[in-house]
Amino acid sequence: MSQPSFPGSAEAASAASADSPNDLTVQDDTRAVDIPRHRSGGRGPVAPMGGGGALPPKRRFGAESVFRWFTTGAGTIVLVIIVAIAIFLIVKAVPAIKADKANFLTHFEWFPNDPTDPKFGIASLAFGTVFSSAIALVLAVPVALGIALCLSHYAHKRLANGLGFLIDLLAAVPSIVFGLWGRDYLVDPVRQLSGWLHKYFGWIPLFGSDGPYGKSILLGSLVLAIMVLPIVTSLSREVFRQTPGMNEEAALALGATKWEMIRMAVIPYGRPGLIASVMLGLGRALGETIALALTLGGGWAVGSDIIHDGGNSIAANIANGFGEANDIGRGALIASGLVLFAITLIVNMIARAIVYRRREFIGSAV
Amino acid sequence: MAKRIEAVGVTAYYGAFKAIDGISMVIEPKSVTALIGPSGCGKSTFLRSINRMHEVLPGARVEGKLTIDSQDIYARDVDVTAVRRTIGMVFQRPNPFPTMSIYDNVVAGLRLGGVRRKSLLDDACEKALRAANLWNEVHTRLNRPGAGLSGGQQQRLCIARAIAVEPQVVLMDEPCSALDPISTLAIEDLISELKNQYTIIIVTHNMQQAARVSDRTAFFSIDKTGDPGRLIEYAETAKIFTNPSVKKTEDYITGRFG
Amino acid sequence: MTSMTTIPTSSSAPLTNALRSRRLPVWALVAIGVAAAVLAVLLFKVAGLMDGGWVLTLVGAVLIFLIGLSVISSVVEGRRAARNRVATSLIYSAFVLALVPLVSVVITLLNKGRTRLDGTFFNNSMRNITAFDSGGGAYHAIVGTLEQAGIATLITVPLGVAGAIYIVEYGRGRLANTIRFFVDVMTGIPSIVAGLFILAFWVLIVSPHLSSTHQPFNSGFAAALALFVLMLPTVTRSTEEMLRLVPASLREGSFALGIAKWKTIMRIVIPTALPGIVTGIMLAVARAAGETAPVLLVAGGTPNRNFNPFEGNQESLSVYIYDQAAAATKYGPPRAWTAALTLVALVLLLTVVAKLLSRRTKLNQK
Repeated sequence: MSQPSFPGSAEAASAASADSPNDLTVQDDTRAVDIPRHRSGGRGPVAPMGGGGALPPKRRFGAESVFRWFTTGAGTIVLVIIVAIAIFLIVKAVPAIKADKANFLTHFEWFPNDPTDPKFGIASLAFGTVFSSAIALVLAVPVALGIALCLSHYAHKRLANGLGFLIDLLAAVPSIVFGLWGRDYLVDPVRQLSGWLHKYFGWIPLFGSDGPYGKSILLGSLVLAIMVLPIVTSLSREVFRQTPGMNEEAALALGATKWEMIRMAVIPYGRPGLIASVMLGLGRALGETIALALTLGGGWAVGSDIIHDGGNSIAANIANGFGEANDIGRGALIASGLVLFAITLIVNMIARAIVYRRREFIGSAV
Repeated sequence: MAKRIEAVGVTAYYGAFKAIDGISMVIEPKSVTALIGPSGCGKSTFLRSINRMHEVLPGARVEGKLTIDSQDIYARDVDVTAVRRTIGMVFQRPNPFPTMSIYDNVVAGLRLGGVRRKSLLDDACEKALRAANLWNEVHTRLNRPGAGLSGGQQQRLCIARAIAVEPQVVLMDEPCSALDPISTLAIEDLISELKNQYTIIIVTHNMQQAARVSDRTAFFSIDKTGDPGRLIEYAETAKIFTNPSVKKTEDYITGRFG
Repeated sequence: MTSMTTIPTSSSAPLTNALRSRRLPVWALVAIGVAAAVLAVLLFKVAGLMDGGWVLTLVGAVLIFLIGLSVISSVVEGRRAARNRVATSLIYSAFVLALVPLVSVVITLLNKGRTRLDGTFFNNSMRNITAFDSGGGAYHAIVGTLEQAGIATLITVPLGVAGAIYIVEYGRGRLANTIRFFVDVMTGIPSIVAGLFILAFWVLIVSPHLSSTHQPFNSGFAAALALFVLMLPTVTRSTEEMLRLVPASLREGSFALGIAKWKTIMRIVIPTALPGIVTGIMLAVARAAGETAPVLLVAGGTPNRNFNPFEGNQESLSVYIYDQAAAATKYGPPRAWTAALTLVALVLLLTVVAKLLSRRTKLNQK
């Protein structure tokens, strides 16, 4: 390894001007980096660096600016894609919506493939999407928060790491596998549960139907709940972990029990983050496709009942209806996808905005 | 409203690491006792064992006997939340609950204790804030967030929060180390007033502060890094600072080590 | 118990009692548990209350335990301690509850996936094999998944990493903040929307220009593009986090030697963060490899081998599962389950390796 030489030391400067009149070579142990010398027109031989000469000006088209432009371009792609999604979906959706003989926003049924009389509307699909996601969240969020607290504040650290890993594995299972499991396995327990719920709690509108049971919103929501559980868990675990230890100690020093400490210091501090993680879970649930395509019964019925066969969502309808769609049908599905895009974009933007405001406030990433 | 603390052979561990070894001392009621010594000598650990905050950390445990008016703090049937309510604590950095108002911060401990009546809470809040010399500065904005106060005010808010539940003993873990000199002075004045009512134990790095505020001073030290902290000398503050009986204390006081 | 509920302002209780409190011994907790179990069996199983099966008995036992614990602890230890106990029990039971579906999915997968786990499955396509034929395999689907995920990775990695470099190293001001925000928002875009976007943009608008017949056509490459849209924000985000963990002192040390910024980034910052970046990429690949909906829309699926990703329908494991699951014969679903097992094995392998790799990083993660 050669001795590193620094600009500014007279020895280095003279050595450099002797070796290479135009370039001062700065060396370190792994590589040599060229620093361009000052190239002013009329000054003849360049003054040694550190010897009073002017510093070299910035090169305008060097590797540095190419690299900089490349990374900036790569960063901008994200914005380009989001805008492009909106534009291309609109371009393909507009002809179909124009051909629609019914009101796209309020019509309940979806028959876009009729060559003479295409009629379709997003109403019941949008309802099914929101309804199934809402039930999934009601089921998943309390459990997810419980697990997150367990991992952040209750379980022994090593145990928590192992259990957290299990939850991450749950997140890694592809949605088609959950869909298949829901359709081929979970459907029987849910059928029994539906009958039981109707028998004993039939007076609640949710369980009003007397059958047939099975591929219902209840089944879809249960599968959905299992699928959003990991994301809500891991986000809220991070939120809980960020509670300042000194606030927890303050609560304990006042004589709080562990649960009181959590109510007093952990949950209020994490509230914005928790709201954000629930909303991100909601975004996931709204957009989930293939698991619902396999577990929901389909149809356009709108009602409060969750145990009767049926239920549909925008995404599931796209997956199920795409195969037999003609031109208008495809455009109609793209139009419904545009609605889904808009809904999830808004939900995600709100969630992220909450996180960002919190990050500015507290100065750490969620 | 003040109790005698007695430690006999208190030894504390962090996992396998022994942080303090065989500390024995008696702390008189209605007095200020300062714990001084070089960094890592275990004075904070000892302080935190007194209200059982030491065991909050995973793997931390305490051996030996600690009593408050001859009642064993570590006895099996003792409720740790009652210990901590009886022995309040103020931390190194001001730590008001960031999501709570000034008022809610002060009465947080009372609410835990089940006090719900507004008038009781109001009275206790005013009393504690007055005792902490903070009432005049904040009584017009009790509903503003506690985190909006200056550092010194926040620390006095934390003191108010600690004394609002009317503990017997107040532990202070370097309460002024994060504060400017003026706020420090305000806290020191406050400590002198509070000792009329409470037993106060204060950990400090600042020897002048120990000399100013305390009645008795305990000097802790370690032989070398990794060794447990030990109590070297414990006596009247005046004696420690003018005529210490142990050479090591004298070296520390005069700045020859530590 | 009394000491906990008395208000401190009136603490006139004798001191000797102030710290003492009665606490439930461990045997009492066990006793409550046993009593709850016995009571539940008697009520639901023996007396048949509400047609009780084992599930109801179990749920009932937990509920009875919680109620019993709450009441007994209230009486003996006081209300605050009781609440603490109930909260702790609920938090741990949330955990157990979440493990139920995980275990069930794993067992079902192993059980049902075993049937067709044979040489034929891994060496054959579905050419000339209908739903009513035995045999057949997923060779073509496995190749398709690998090609699509591979191409998507090749496109995503340079752009995603460059985008993260922009955000962390170069980006200042509004553009960088906007990009950062939308990278986060874009992680929540539903996969079906990404599929529709590539359908509208690539398949319907671009691909006709690429074919001699000027007809739109599906391709594995289109699927890879959709997966790219899904992977890009994930890779950017995780790389961004890793780059932020690289200590500023490393960069400054390099700058001080006169090394250009882009070289500092490429030779010092990226290598330092590499294990973490690779982990993020592998997790993104694992997610993408399991996606069904976008592949279904733009690669279409086929029973035949098609190893050319740039032309014609291509199968993927997830689409294979979806198709075979739809076949209501005795041969379809077993093929679907074996494919699901294969897919999960592939995805989990990637995930586990990625997680193990992340433990080797020298950068401090919380």
